[in-house]
Amino acid sequence: MPTILMPALSPTMEEGKLSKWLKKVGDQVKSGDVLAEIETDKATMEIEAIDEGVLTAIMVPEGTEGVKVNAPIAVIGEASAQPSPGAKAPVSPASGETQKVATPSPQVSPLAGETVVRSTAGEGSLLSDPEIPAGTEMITMTVREALRSAMSEEMRRDKDVFLMGEEVGQYQGAYKISQGMLDEFGPERVLDTPITEHGFTGIATGAAFAGLKPIVEFMTFNFAMQAIDHIINSAAKTLYMSGGQMGCPIVFRGPNGAAARVGAQHSQDYTAWYSQIPGLKVVAPYSAADAKGLMKAAIRDPNPIIFLENEILYGKSFEVPKLDDWIVPIGKARIARAGNHVTIVSFSIGMTYALAAAGKLAAEGIECEVVDLRTIRPMDIGTVVASVKKTNRCVCVEEGFPRFSVTSELAAEIMTHAFDYLDAPVARVAGKDVPMPYAANLEKLALPNVDDVVAAVKGVLYV
Amino acid sequence: MAVSSAYLARKAAKAEKSTKSSAKADLKNSGLSSDEELKAYYDMLLIRRFEEKAGQLYGMGSIGGFCHLYIGQEAVVVGMEMSAIEGDQRITSYRDHGHMLACGMEAKGVMAELTGRQGGLSKGKGGSMHMFSVEKQFYGGHGIVAAQVPLGAGLAFANKYRGNKNVSMVYFGDGAANQGQVYETFNMASIWKLPCIFVIENNRYAMGTSATRSTAASDHLGARGEAFGIPSEQVDGMDVRAVKDAADRAMEHCRSGEGPYILEMMTYRYRGHSMSDPAKYRSKEEVQKMREEHDPIEQVKARLLKSNRASEDDLKKMDADIREIVTAAADFAVADAQPDASELYTDIYKVA
Repeated sequence: MPTILMPALSPTMEEGKLSKWLKKVGDQVKSGDVLAEIETDKATMEIEAIDEGVLTAIMVPEGTEGVKVNAPIAVIGEASAQPSPGAKAPVSPASGETQKVATPSPQVSPLAGETVVRSTAGEGSLLSDPEIPAGTEMITMTVREALRSAMSEEMRRDKDVFLMGEEVGQYQGAYKISQGMLDEFGPERVLDTPITEHGFTGIATGAAFAGLKPIVEFMTFNFAMQAIDHIINSAAKTLYMSGGQMGCPIVFRGPNGAAARVGAQHSQDYTAWYSQIPGLKVVAPYSAADAKGLMKAAIRDPNPIIFLENEILYGKSFEVPKLDDWIVPIGKARIARAGNHVTIVSFSIGMTYALAAAGKLAAEGIECEVVDLRTIRPMDIGTVVASVKKTNRCVCVEEGFPRFSVTSELAAEIMTHAFDYLDAPVARVAGKDVPMPYAANLEKLALPNVDDVVAAVKGVLYV
Repeated sequence: MAVSSAYLARKAAKAEKSTKSSAKADLKNSGLSSDEELKAYYDMLLIRRFEEKAGQLYGMGSIGGFCHLYIGQEAVVVGMEMSAIEGDQRITSYRDHGHMLACGMEAKGVMAELTGRQGGLSKGKGGSMHMFSVEKQFYGGHGIVAAQVPLGAGLAFANKYRGNKNVSMVYFGDGAANQGQVYETFNMASIWKLPCIFVIENNRYAMGTSATRSTAASDHLGARGEAFGIPSEQVDGMDVRAVKDAADRAMEHCRSGEGPYILEMMTYRYRGHSMSDPAKYRSKEEVQKMREEHDPIEQVKARLLKSNRASEDDLKKMDADIREIVTAAADFAVADAQPDASELYTDIYKVA
């Protein structure tokens, strides 16, 4: 009897909501019939039957949230078999009879439900942020929601701010960042573009020259390579070339770096690329609070900002201060965890490895101080150096390519400013020096992990 | 080959064109008033004399790097500017001196930028290819071929977003017309109905490569707009009257909310692509023929004299005035101080 399993509807989906059954137990089912609707945080998808028969059991009632991928949800029996309402059908997920649905475009990959908070080792020891006034009420919010609320707040505040990009409007955002914004702000301010990054980035940059404040969403920063001439030659350099006359208040934002299993052309981390350019500011938040506060700061900044998000972090929840106008200043790092033995410096998704490693190491009595850069350019090297002067050891962590990277720059700066304080050479943990492979095992090998960070920390401690 | 032998032949035969470019585009008897004709003469001659002086200063080593002269193409910007109103924007490539002078930017500031001095329009930090004026709505001055096309459409986007009646004039050459971003821009300008005039300055040569060698259907680039539903006209860009006439129609189209418009200006540059270009890719005779038979300034001069709107003496006086302005600009540009070393680190970020 074929068992129907909860399907994965995107590369990064781990769970979803079974929103509706369109067949009931006892119904005759033939290939191609829609059985149920599954809601991810991106879209509602239909699952179709592949086998013919009678729906003999439904194990997950409609309305259930957080249904894990590959969990059995129903059973289709022989056409002649009698329906057995309520029958339990415990089936191993490895039964090989998963009913696969046709998935949407692989690059539009939603994450698990926003309402589900996934705990991550180390997260609990995040220091309270000194920028948040004492007694401020905190609300739980995903990075996705934080970005959306930041953009919406700024668009309410300033009519010159608008959002443009592929699928930001009617589709509600390829990653649902802009969900609902078309309804609130209308098509003049939430603009769907054709799939022409080079052209629409140039148009947005020209609009910024004229004084508007565009937010340009790249479906991923991998596609921004088509537009990089305008980002660098037009947006970043014009203030200088004009002797200070022209401004370019613009935010280029979107997911950057590896998602999951999307191959070499959709997985690159561009942090180091953009951080090399005078005239650009580069922001790469980890937490939802920083994503919100930095996005608001970026939109108000009169300069071109590269705002690097991370797809894996979109669905992750954090505490965000409930303030009318929560702004995190660009160019300031944050001590995410205090410690005396080793400094770990990271940013964006690298923070997940850094904090998890710090949590593991604490159990062994090694106290790491974790610095979240938050802004890569201009880099708050002062905060890093102050920490290194205290701990005398440093591990730098990023997901991007290891050569000519953010961690290379960190190592050089630390050497320049804290050479006499170092008790070990600065260690670096980064992605491997290879194009991103597709195979699950190889992809895992290509990315840094918690154990790499733990090993690097032990390395600089010579333990 | 003259402006375009095919083009001239077609004109002679009064052939109908395939796009909206109608017989209207070839009408030259719409005429300019005396004042307009005199102003056109003055503005074109100022560009001519300015560029000649710039060429001279380059030869003397006062101007470095790249320097692209506009000599021969003066009627295009001058005719377009005659149709512009307050608040209209203009943007172009690196062959930009003429565009700046035509919209009223000071010769002194332009020349001092060419020599890299503190009194230059970009404080000496931009150079020949990179000058801007917020006051005159001149948005550069761009060194990447065709980058100004989407940027200029972005200026038009801002006009539409703000609901004003202004139009963005986006200049690019026949070489840039082969860049992909031009067509990405045509597409978006058309679907969003951006008030934008794409002015293709077809001077027949993309640096040293003739349009016939690099460009499909090179004698009618405006027709490329058809695929995007953008009307176009092919215009005798050596005749300031024809340019102004076509610009009026294009402006009207854009201001009435009908979206973008393409004007393909058939023009010619007398000098090389840049100062270091010996222009071996074309014959001296070809250049000579253009100068003698189609020079934009001589055409106006002949009309002014013939119609007794101006005397030889009037025009000589005008030339002398212009030479004075240009000489003063050059004197300033070589005497002015270089930017202070502290300027190296200014204007990288704007402070909120």
